[in-house]
Amino acid sequence: MRTILYILQKEFRQIFREKAMLVIILVIPMVQLLILSFTATFEIKNTNIAILDHDHYVESRNLINKFSGSPFFTISSFYDSYDEGVEALKSGKTHQLLIIQPHFERDLQRDGTGKVMIITDAINGSAASIMSAYAHAILIDFNKQILVEHFPNLSLSDPIQITVSNWYNPRLDYITYMVPGILVLLVTIIGMFLSGMNVVKEKELGTIEQINVTPIIKYQFIIGKLLPFWIIAMFEFSFGLFLAHFVFGVPMLGSLALQLGTVSVYLVVVLSFGLFVSTLTDTMQQAMFISWFFMVIFILMSGLFTPIESMPDWAQTVNKINPISYFIQINRMIMLKGSVFSDFTRQFYSLVVYAALMLGLSVWRYRKVA
Amino acid sequence: MTTERPNVIEVKNLVKKFGNFVANDHLTFEVKQGEIFGFLGANGAGKTTAIKILCGLQSPTSGEIKVAGYDVYHQTNLIKRNIGYMSQKFSLYEDLTVSQNFEFYGGIYGLSRKQIKERTKYFLEKLELTGAANKILKEIPLGWKQKLAFSVAILHHPKIVFLDEPTGGVDPVTRRQFWEMIYEAANEGITVFVTTHYMDEAEYCERVSIMVDGRIEALDTPAMLKQKYGANSMNEVFIRLARAQSAEQ
Repeated sequence: MRTILYILQKEFRQIFREKAMLVIILVIPMVQLLILSFTATFEIKNTNIAILDHDHYVESRNLINKFSGSPFFTISSFYDSYDEGVEALKSGKTHQLLIIQPHFERDLQRDGTGKVMIITDAINGSAASIMSAYAHAILIDFNKQILVEHFPNLSLSDPIQITVSNWYNPRLDYITYMVPGILVLLVTIIGMFLSGMNVVKEKELGTIEQINVTPIIKYQFIIGKLLPFWIIAMFEFSFGLFLAHFVFGVPMLGSLALQLGTVSVYLVVVLSFGLFVSTLTDTMQQAMFISWFFMVIFILMSGLFTPIESMPDWAQTVNKINPISYFIQINRMIMLKGSVFSDFTRQFYSLVVYAALMLGLSVWRYRKVA
Repeated sequence: MTTERPNVIEVKNLVKKFGNFVANDHLTFEVKQGEIFGFLGANGAGKTTAIKILCGLQSPTSGEIKVAGYDVYHQTNLIKRNIGYMSQKFSLYEDLTVSQNFEFYGGIYGLSRKQIKERTKYFLEKLELTGAANKILKEIPLGWKQKLAFSVAILHHPKIVFLDEPTGGVDPVTRRQFWEMIYEAANEGITVFVTTHYMDEAEYCERVSIMVDGRIEALDTPAMLKQKYGANSMNEVFIRLARAQSAEQ
């Protein structure tokens, strides 16, 4: 125990000696949290729509007004020819093109059907479907309006009435959704890199040799290396949580103790993962690339940006070994749903097993004798 | 007198192979308690490998090796409690201060706070470095750092201290002082196992072994070796042995 305390003292002295490192550890993640939370959004606002009106009558004007009145759309320009419109799509000046066919009003009044066409730039598939859905909603609304105007006696009540209520995030606020996830990412990155670089740095400098010739026992060394970063990451997570709640107004419905309890287990996974990488490699460069390799995969598959349920089966299987995905789920559940322990026992125990495994691996792999 | 002292290092047929390369070829020797044992050899002769095996940093391929009475295969941690080691490459923490390094290693070896304080004070006074106690090692010249590294290696008063080329790159005056420290340690009963390239340093040792290509070619007191090879200095002895080897090839 005394040995561990001496290692801790030494580690903290080294960390606090390097002022630049302190800034990197404490300030950078918070700046990232602030920036990412405001920008990492899938909300589609300000869709540029270009209009190609071949009719120029009252009804087409009404339809266009519907679009210009919508908060989601900005009319970028009006074109007279189809080619011009397509050119605008190609060059990215507009995201959507609304084409109103000639004789729109005449057909509408004579046959009861007018024709419009919407072309969407679908390079980003998910954004495209959202834009189409918005445009579709406006057209449905416009349809109803026409029916009311032209057939005032028609009963318009739908046979099935749909009322949608959004639970846990009633205003569908993206910040609410993203911040708990981004917070997880930040402590993961800091934790994995710090612990990943640390042991290998001692290898590069040669100081590890002096340690290996002392009677330090492996587990003492690993704990001594892990604890300082665990403390730093816990502090960082708490501070991030504070920002999330008081700056972004992200609700914290669940128990704070429960949340800190789960993050404490999660950090053991992340830190010992980093330490394990560190024991496998000989240079900081190697450690950096290997950590980065796993980190990118884990982050992109974590469900932060895209729901895991819609990933292909193999990806969902891979995600079973993705600690980030477990903890993002837990963190969102606790913060946004106020979930209690029994709601995520499976995820939690997965993390516990993971932590024990990674810790065991890094103690096993750390060799005092070459 | 030498015969009365017990052996603290006993090596029988130590072999270390890296693939096909034989770094240590059936080394056999003993070192007695309180002895200053010079472990000489050209670059790449296999000295560092042998020293790492004795310290429990590497495992041997075969052979019977006992250090401080403990077996290197199964009792490395007991060995580590009883030895000090100074690596060829400076390996104290350069981003910590002098006294922080002492504190850390003292703590690791289980010295009490009081002992750490006393020993640190003792060594700093001896090295006339008391004023530099709170300096970061990075800012201290190499010669002093080497002396500090030696002090840290014997901070816990080990039975044996292994010094792997402790005076490499150090000026003659500092080397002289360094050897004074070595003698002092030996007088306190610490066995000193030292490798070096400097043949004048070999003269300071009680006994020396000379390694050539992984084998021990000669082992005796400097006086006996000089007599045997009809040489005036250890330098001549060394060159004669190394020449004979290259002539054979």
